[in-house]
Amino acid sequence: MVQVRLNGIVKSYGKEVVVKNLDLTVQQGEFLTILGPSGCGKTTTLRMIAGLEEPDQGSIQLGERVVFSRADGVVIPPEARHLGLIFQSYALWPHMTVAKNITLALKEQKISKTDITKRLENALEMVQLTGYAERYPSELSGGQQQRVAVARLIALRPSILLMDEPLSNLDAKLRTEMRASLKRLHRDLEATTVYVTHDQIEALTLSDRVIIMNDGLIMQEGSPYDIYHHPANIFVAKFIGDPGINLFKGTISNGVLDCGAVSIPLPDAIAKRGGDLIVGIRPEKIHASMTAKDGWLKARTEILQPTGANTIFEVKVGDTPITLMQPGFMTLSTGTELWLQFDPESLSFFDTETQKNLRSEVG
Amino acid sequence: MAMTDRSKPGFWFLQNISYQAHRLKNRPELIIGFLALGFLSFVVLVPLLQIIKDAFTFQSYDLAYNPDGVVGEFTLFHLDRVFNQPISAALFYRPLVNSLKMGFFVTMIALTFGFSLAWLMVRTNVHFKGVFGAMLVFPYMMPSWVMAIAWLSLFKNDRVGGSEGLLTYWTGTQAPDWVAYGVFPIVITLAIHYYAYAYLLISGALATVDSELEEAGATSGMNKWKCIRVITMPLLMPAIGSAIVLTFIRILGTFGTPALLGLPVRFFTFSTQIYASINARNQGDAFVLALVLIVLAISFIWINSRIIGVRKSYVTMTGKGFRKRESDLGKMRWPATIFVILFLCMTVGLPLILLLWESLTLIPGDYSLANLTTYFWVGQGNVNLAYGEPGVIHNKGIMGALINSIKLGFLAALFNGVLGLLVGYAVVRGRGKTLSKWLEAIAFAPYIFPSIALGAIYIGMFSTSIGPVPALYGTFTILILITVIKNLPFTSRTGIAAILQIHQSLEEAARVQGIGWFRRMFRIIIPLSMSGLVAGMLLTFITAMRELSLIILLISPGNMVLTGLIFGYQEQDMAQHSSAVTLMLVLIIIIISVIVRMMSRSAGVGRLNTT
Repeated sequence: MVQVRLNGIVKSYGKEVVVKNLDLTVQQGEFLTILGPSGCGKTTTLRMIAGLEEPDQGSIQLGERVVFSRADGVVIPPEARHLGLIFQSYALWPHMTVAKNITLALKEQKISKTDITKRLENALEMVQLTGYAERYPSELSGGQQQRVAVARLIALRPSILLMDEPLSNLDAKLRTEMRASLKRLHRDLEATTVYVTHDQIEALTLSDRVIIMNDGLIMQEGSPYDIYHHPANIFVAKFIGDPGINLFKGTISNGVLDCGAVSIPLPDAIAKRGGDLIVGIRPEKIHASMTAKDGWLKARTEILQPTGANTIFEVKVGDTPITLMQPGFMTLSTGTELWLQFDPESLSFFDTETQKNLRSEVG
Repeated sequence: MAMTDRSKPGFWFLQNISYQAHRLKNRPELIIGFLALGFLSFVVLVPLLQIIKDAFTFQSYDLAYNPDGVVGEFTLFHLDRVFNQPISAALFYRPLVNSLKMGFFVTMIALTFGFSLAWLMVRTNVHFKGVFGAMLVFPYMMPSWVMAIAWLSLFKNDRVGGSEGLLTYWTGTQAPDWVAYGVFPIVITLAIHYYAYAYLLISGALATVDSELEEAGATSGMNKWKCIRVITMPLLMPAIGSAIVLTFIRILGTFGTPALLGLPVRFFTFSTQIYASINARNQGDAFVLALVLIVLAISFIWINSRIIGVRKSYVTMTGKGFRKRESDLGKMRWPATIFVILFLCMTVGLPLILLLWESLTLIPGDYSLANLTTYFWVGQGNVNLAYGEPGVIHNKGIMGALINSIKLGFLAALFNGVLGLLVGYAVVRGRGKTLSKWLEAIAFAPYIFPSIALGAIYIGMFSTSIGPVPALYGTFTILILITVIKNLPFTSRTGIAAILQIHQSLEEAARVQGIGWFRRMFRIIIPLSMSGLVAGMLLTFITAMRELSLIILLISPGNMVLTGLIFGYQEQDMAQHSSAVTLMLVLIIIIISVIVRMMSRSAGVGRLNTT
């Protein structure tokens, strides 16, 4: 069942159109992530679902209820949408204790006192903050504040959760922990979740489905596996993956792509096209050898960055720079020769004009 | 989803109205913004237009001079009278020259002292900074004409009859007229008041100049004086420019001191001339003079922004790596400290002692110990003394005025707080929108109306009923209204600052959780902005208590307040009463300003009293 449906949403600030004709649906219980660089319109989209911003055109439906429709003149204020929203800044009220922060909205709903106490205890237990009820937000660490924000949301029991970069104010280690607990929370509450982030790791690790936005448009929609392995266009290919994908511009001649120093054999369907195209390969899909092999490309190391489990190589084939990643901790001096091979199955091909992935077009 | 028939244009129109109404309901800041804008237009812009209209049409009181005139018809009669008749010299040109002369000299002296003291306090290691900091702003907390009353205790001569001052009592010689009355004492006493204003503005700016900027200059080989000239002064120019202009405008609008020290020798300034014209029932003249005053004020602000404008873009506050370096005065440390102490004795100690002494003399002009009495504080009233007027604590008039003053201060502070909060809310939440800009501009507008001119505007506006609003002249309401409006530029700024500190998401979080607007205001916005607002409200309270120029044209026996009463006593040459009541007023103000200081400090609200 569809829980959130956006139809033809357009939003602009002055002359700048930040969301351009957006259609989006979220299924019951689904964890959807909207991923994109800052200014792509993802937070605006989330705020429009919450009702904090008003679209210029289009309609928004939550469950069976139309909460916004420009054509029908419907505007339901955020107060009446019954959503849960976690802000990047957590938005805890600094003058209230943890308990008051969690129960303020419950008191508004005329819920009985015993029920409120029960919900408070339950929520604090779920985020492992039992015993912190009488603290003020300023007396808590960043991670604890974040958990209070989550508890506040749990206590209200909304069927739809919206999260606006909830982890971006935490340090790297805490972020990994909180990612796991958010995933657990989603599993336990079975709530439909829309999650906005610019962090691809969060998007890939948490989501059932990812929407990548850029410049107010949806670039790609799909499972984390799909968007990583089958980027729909050059933008997605570049945006996802760290270190970034290698892209070479070349011309097809006789079923082989000629990129200057590099020449790559092409699959039949694409080789038939002829003309120019762009090929992409992820750094970890490049095979490397320290000894010369027949048909492999000879390269020279420029810079090595061992990150612990892996080592990132920046090498040059002729004058063409290539990034690759190999497992293990390696140190090689600059100028060491090595030989590379591209796995044809791992290659992506993009049209130079439309920038679209040719495999998905051809099939 | 309801399907609708959009083919009928009428239906579409109605539906669009309902949609817009829904949208508006969703945006409380817009509703508040519109209401505030409407209210402020009515109390700020409409009165201004009204006096422009009155200045250019015949009024009933003009018919004595113009038997042929028709009331309400366009005329240049008032302009002609003010600018182009033999009487114009007395009515306009002499007051203009006097006002400008007064403004120029007071500003010069006030700025020199204000700047020197600010430098000593912020940039050097002078002793007793804590005490000095509190004491230096003290003259500014008092009514500006307290110095004038003290001056008269000291130098009053036989020019206007009645008793003479301390100087005559001690030396037996009369102070010459130019010392006792006119431009010289006015300039000195006003400068002693307004230096504190310049001091506040400049010390605030000085404190934001990072010493590292000067050190950067020093490391590139500049000597100390060159650093100050090339780096510090240009950074301070916007603050100094504003200090000059704002001090000047305030002096143009000030009434008490020029009235007390000028009127006895027929030395008129704009403000006293407006007062005289209103009293002589020539309101048209007063309106033209008030308009000229406003035009003058606006042109000074404009010139200032033209000269300084570009430089305002200097942002020296980075929030990081900020350091104030105090330069060591060395051998000059104690002399500088003694200079500040002497200065404070002259500006704070001496006037208060003179007031106290004056209030304790039985026969005015006799300053011997044998003549000391508490009669004017606790006396029951004696027909042989001061027209039988009882002492302060038994005096119904004084107690009534005291209650009125406190009521005025309290209500003005309350309304100002509410209005400031709402304006701040509408301006901040609507940032970037035209409504927000208009609201901010109109809330600031009363700043450019010199006090006496605003009073004149209100006479013009509220002497008759306008629609559902009854004639407010002579009522207590008009005093509250004008005080609220005059303080609005300050309180709305406090409100804006307070709301800016509350991140939008704090309110949005409540919205999303289903908490309505009123609950959001009372549970989140108001508690979080309380400390700043309360400090601002207490300052309004003080301002309202000490205000004279603003309300002198609007008070009558029915709505008498302490400042008006003091002015009345002074006019009737009842020096002991005026001194006693002034002292009482100053005492109340001291107590409240101490509370304000404590509150601002505990709330971490820095220099709230900079305006």
